[in-house]
Formats: sequence, structure tokens, C-alpha cells
Amino acid sequence: MKKFALLLSTGVVAALAYAPAASAQTEIAWWHAMDAELGKKLEEIAQGFNDSQTEYKVVPTYKGTYPETLTAAIAAFRANEQPAIVQVFEVGTGTMMAAKGAVYPVYQLMADNGEPWDPSGFLAPVTGYYSDTEGNILSMPFNSSTPIMYYNKDVFEKAGLDPETPPKTWAELETMSRTIMESGAASCGFTSGWITWVQTENLSAIHDQPYGTLENGFGGLGTEFTFNGPVQVKHWDNLKKWADDGLFQYGGPGGGADAPPKFYAQECAIYMNSSASRAGVIANSKDFEVGFAPLPYYDDVTTDPKNSIIGGATLWTLNGKDPAVYKGVAQFYTYLSQPEVQAAWHQATGYLPITNAAYELGQSQDYYAQNPGSDIAIQQITRGTPTANSKGVRFGNLTQARAVVDEEFEAMLAGSKTAQEALDTAVERGNQILRDFEAANQ
Amino acid sequence: MQAKRTIFPNKVLPYVLLVPQLAVTLIFFIWPALQAVKSSFEREDPFGFKTTFVWFENYRRLFAEASYIGSLGRTAVFATSVTVLSMCLSLLLAVAVNRVLRTNRLYTTLLVWPYAVAPVVVGILWWFMFNPTIGIAPYMLRALGVSWNHRVDGVDAMILVIIAASWKQISYNFLFFVAGLQSVPQSLIEAAAIDGAGPFKRFWTIVFPLLSPTTFFLLIVNINYAMFDTFGIIDATTQGGPAQATNILVYKVYSDGFLGLNIGSSSAQSVVLMLIVIALTAIQFRFVERRVQY
Repeated sequence: MKKFALLLSTGVVAALAYAPAASAQTEIAWWHAMDAELGKKLEEIAQGFNDSQTEYKVVPTYKGTYPETLTAAIAAFRANEQPAIVQVFEVGTGTMMAAKGAVYPVYQLMADNGEPWDPSGFLAPVTGYYSDTEGNILSMPFNSSTPIMYYNKDVFEKAGLDPETPPKTWAELETMSRTIMESGAASCGFTSGWITWVQTENLSAIHDQPYGTLENGFGGLGTEFTFNGPVQVKHWDNLKKWADDGLFQYGGPGGGADAPPKFYAQECAIYMNSSASRAGVIANSKDFEVGFAPLPYYDDVTTDPKNSIIGGATLWTLNGKDPAVYKGVAQFYTYLSQPEVQAAWHQATGYLPITNAAYELGQSQDYYAQNPGSDIAIQQITRGTPTANSKGVRFGNLTQARAVVDEEFEAMLAGSKTAQEALDTAVERGNQILRDFEAANQ
Repeated sequence: MQAKRTIFPNKVLPYVLLVPQLAVTLIFFIWPALQAVKSSFEREDPFGFKTTFVWFENYRRLFAEASYIGSLGRTAVFATSVTVLSMCLSLLLAVAVNRVLRTNRLYTTLLVWPYAVAPVVVGILWWFMFNPTIGIAPYMLRALGVSWNHRVDGVDAMILVIIAASWKQISYNFLFFVAGLQSVPQSLIEAAAIDGAGPFKRFWTIVFPLLSPTTFFLLIVNINYAMFDTFGIIDATTQGGPAQATNILVYKVYSDGFLGLNIGSSSAQSVVLMLIVIALTAIQFRFVERRVQY
């Protein structure tokens, strides 16, 4: 009898717990690519929105890596089973922008549903990257990052270097790496994630070198790659030379999965990767102190390094849902733009604060003073006046083109091509990919 | 006297009985294959808004592409190596186990285990062991004076995926060889032994020919495995790199279609892959099967 009562009471409790879900809520599916810590943080945001009102329920679903999420969303769209919101990485921007019938532009969505929308509140590089040629923002900025440099202060000290003076230029980085290796403080100078994004695309932006014609692809589908210029060749040449000397260790294609362990294991003293790697770096560097610095530049090329460019992802609204769903999506985006939500996400993950208000909130909270290095990314991406070369890159099928760049980089490392040959081939093969995209989207 | 023949008068029943199997084949094999053939003649944007019929443009481009021709060659190397390596090793193990009388059940059980491991997990295991930074294998190889880095060295990468793919398939081959060996009549072997044939002679002249149906079956299965099912292993270890050194046909279909969203080219590639496997199987049935003794 007692047992029965207990069962009954659990049943009642369970029924109570499920009661809110049973009421008529409009569900909003949100497909994303954030795993581990980032995924948990993302779910907290969705939960925060769900708790803030009763009409809508955002349901986040993890769909794998960025490319997998994009492919899943496209397949779902073709089968008419698409989610209302999908997180697409910056590389997919060209693909999404070309798919006009599939996308509900965010500026239009907000206007149609009477939600406040003020693009000038966003950080300038963010709006610049995700706007169409008329200056309208097409997707909701969510997680934007930019590459920075992480370095091991303990190793610097052991090598007799000043741990508070990270290398500013590539020349300094080379000398310091040699000192570190010769002193035996670490067995390698530096490693890097994303050879494509960090060591090629951002390198071009920082040194004001074009990556492609027509304003790096912003001007239209007829764009061609031009990243085989003298600065890129010089840098790749150096990377090859440094790899042969052991100063630089290659971390693998794409994101460079082998790079972070090299830094965490104190094998490499310096590590370049997304500012969003910050959380991971801090969690994995319990045995040593980490320093943060902007990416180095060649002082014989420029004395005025430009801003670095964006990575990360935005939220795209897909067509083909009920108006009620879009009303909820618009409200969710408004919630997402709140300085408190933005600042919490930015501070927990290392992604950039998307709005100026979120940045100012962090300043008034004294966050940047208490967490030295946490504003390096913002300063680097907002320094100077952006030029056509530093606004970002926008190419269709960029995932494929990046794979080509990785392959050619590997061919150079293996010694079968010089830097010039590798970059020339990458440009040639990349242009073929651009022409395919142009032909398919005309 | 006339031999008794059973006659089924019902004309419909056989077809009704065939329907489930035919339906499965049509829906899951024939229909997708036809879809692939159709889209291999088209150029299409990822979302499927605009589709243009381009005749053989996708194929023409494919065979003009140096990396595709390279991929064909690498697939041949990979498939042959995996098939030969995994079949030889599993035959060796099967023969060894067959000679052990008391504990052969235990060995059989243990040797079959790897088959239960999913290809992706196999890939991760070998990737971990051979990781240039944290793996145990490069560490030991370095002690022997061999520098291992499959991130940069294409040959290292190819060896890695061949080992991983073969390891996974050994269990399967082993199981069939053990079953095959058990059906070889003991009397034949004993007779040969009495006639003075040594173990090697007995194996080559009696056991191996009698095993040929099993070997033939495994040959087809293994080639198909190496060409189609090794996707997970490649994806988890090398992603086709470095510099396309391990970009075999099936992985290229995936990376061009799913990562590159180039559906036309990807479809053309899968049609070519389909034709290759059909041709290989036909050749095997026509020529190799003649030598097989059932």
C-alpha cells in the first residue's frame, strides 16, 4: 500500500512537471554545431528564452560539425523538413546568400514581425561581413571569433625571454622560437589551427593583400582567387622553412586537430587559433600560465597592420514555416541581442561580443580588467579602418576551396612543391571551384 | 518411369512471395542508384532551386581532373593491399587455430571481436596509436630511427589506413576461413599424410584448393569492403589527406558531395564507382570462378 502511494505520488509529480510542455506552445527547431562546453552554454541560452515567455519553445538540436549541420539543413530543406533556425559557419555564407529562395533575411523577418532591429548596434566588422551589397543583414550574428595568439609564459621564462613581451612581428617570433628551442624550454616554437583561415585568409587581411578579385568576392559571383601574391608566398615559404627547422609544427588540415594538444602538452610554446579556443586553452593549461596576444605581422610589409577577419557562425532563418513560428523566431533574436545574454555568451566562450552594448556591459562589469587578454580579439578586429582586403572573404563553395588550400599546403610541406607552386595550383584549382559555383547559381 | 515433378499451379503466388524482397531492392538500391545516375547528368545548386541538364559535362570534367585520376590509382593500391593483407593474415590465423585442439573456441571468440567494432571507432583507435604527437607507435618508431608523421607524409598515411582497414576485416575473413577449414574432410588429409606429404604440401595441394569457394567469396567481399565500407576509417584518421594521399574514391564522393555540396560531380563519381565494382565482380565471376572447385 505504501509502495502504491509512493508510485502514485511520483506519478503526480511527473504529471505536474510535464504540465507546461502540454500547453499549446509553438516549437521552434534550432539546429546547431556547438558541442561540449559551447553546446551546454547554447542550451542555457535557449532555456533562458523559454523561461522568459510561455508562447514559444526553442528546441536546440546538435547536428555535428559545421559542414555536417549545413549539409543536414540543406537535405532537410529539400525534403521540406527544415528547422526554423540553422547555425551556419562563415564559410557557408556565400552558399546561403546565393540560396535566395531558402532564406528569410533577418532584417525582413524583424520588420515583418515588428521587433526592434538596429544594425548600428552591432560591431562594425560583424555587420560588414554578413550584409548583402545593399547593406542589409541577412543572418542573425551569433558566434563570431577571430584568430589570436596564445603563448606559454612559463616556457618564455625558462628560455630567458620576458613573459610579458610576446612577439609582435614574424621576425621576432622566429628569433624567440629559436631561443626557446635552443634553450630546451620547449621542443617547438609554434603551431597553428586553421592554416587556411589563420595563416592565409587572415594573413592577407592583416597585410592588406587581396584574397580574391571583386573585393574578396563581396562584389559578385564572378570573383577569382588571387592569394598567390608575394606576401602569401613569402609566408608559406617561411612556414615550410620553419617546419623543416622544427620551429613550426603542422597541426593537420581543416581546424588542425593536432595543434591544441601540442600547445597543452607544452611541446609548442606558441599557438595561433580562434579567440573561441580561449575556454579550451584555459581549461587545459592548468600546469602553466597562458598569455594572449594579437597575431604577428611582417614589419617589412606593413607598419600599420589591418584588422583581422571574422570566423564563427550566424543563425539563418529558413523559409517554409508558419507565420507563428517566425513571430517566435523574431522574439528569440531580440532576446539574443540583449546585452546581458550577449555578454554572458561572450565571456563564457571567448567569442566576440556581437553588440557594442555587450562590450560596454563587459567594461562596466570590469570583466576585461579582471581577465587580461580577453579583449585582444575585439581590439584586433576593430583596429584601423577596414579596407576592401580586410573586410573579410566571401566565396561560394569555400569549404571545398579551403580543402584545396590545405592539400596544397601539405604538398609543400612534403617537399613536392615550392610555396609559389603550391599557391599557384591552389588558386588555379580554387578558381575552377568558383566557376562551378557561379555556373550552378546563375 | 517418368520422374515425379512437383507443379505449382498458382501463377500469382510466386510473385506475391517475391514482392517484399523486390520492394526492398527497388526502394533502397535501384531507386537511389537511378537518382545518382540522373543527377550525374545535371548541374544543381545545393538547395535544388536550379537544375540544368549538362549531358556528360560532369564526367568530362572528372576525367580531366588530375586529382581524380590520382584517386583512382590510390584506390587500386588501397583495395589491393587491404584485400591481400587481411586475407593472408586471416588465413594464417585460421590455419593456426584449426590446429589447436583444446582452446580453439577461445581463440576463435577472441579473434572475432574486432568485427564488432564500428569502422569509425577503429579509425579513432589507430589514429590515437599513430598520432604523431601523443601516439605510442611513432614514439616507438622514433626509438628505431623511423620518423613517422602521417600528417605530412603521404606514404605513412596510406600505410596507416591500410593497417586500420585490414585489421577490421581480419575477423570477418577469419570466421569464414575457420568454417571452410572445418569442412575439409579429415580423411583426405590423413590419406595424404600416410602417403608422406608434409604439412605444407598437404595445405597447398588439398586444403587450399578445397577452400577456394570460401576464398573466392571473400575476395569479392573484401574488394567491395575496401572500396565502399572504409569511409568511416578514412574519415576518422586522415580525412583523405595529406595532399589527397589517402583520398580514395568513396571518400572523394563524400567530400565533394557532402562537404563541397557539388552534387553533380559527386553523383558522377558514384556512378563511376558503381561501374567499377560491377565490372570487377563480373570479371571475378567469369574468370576466377572457373578455377574454383566447389
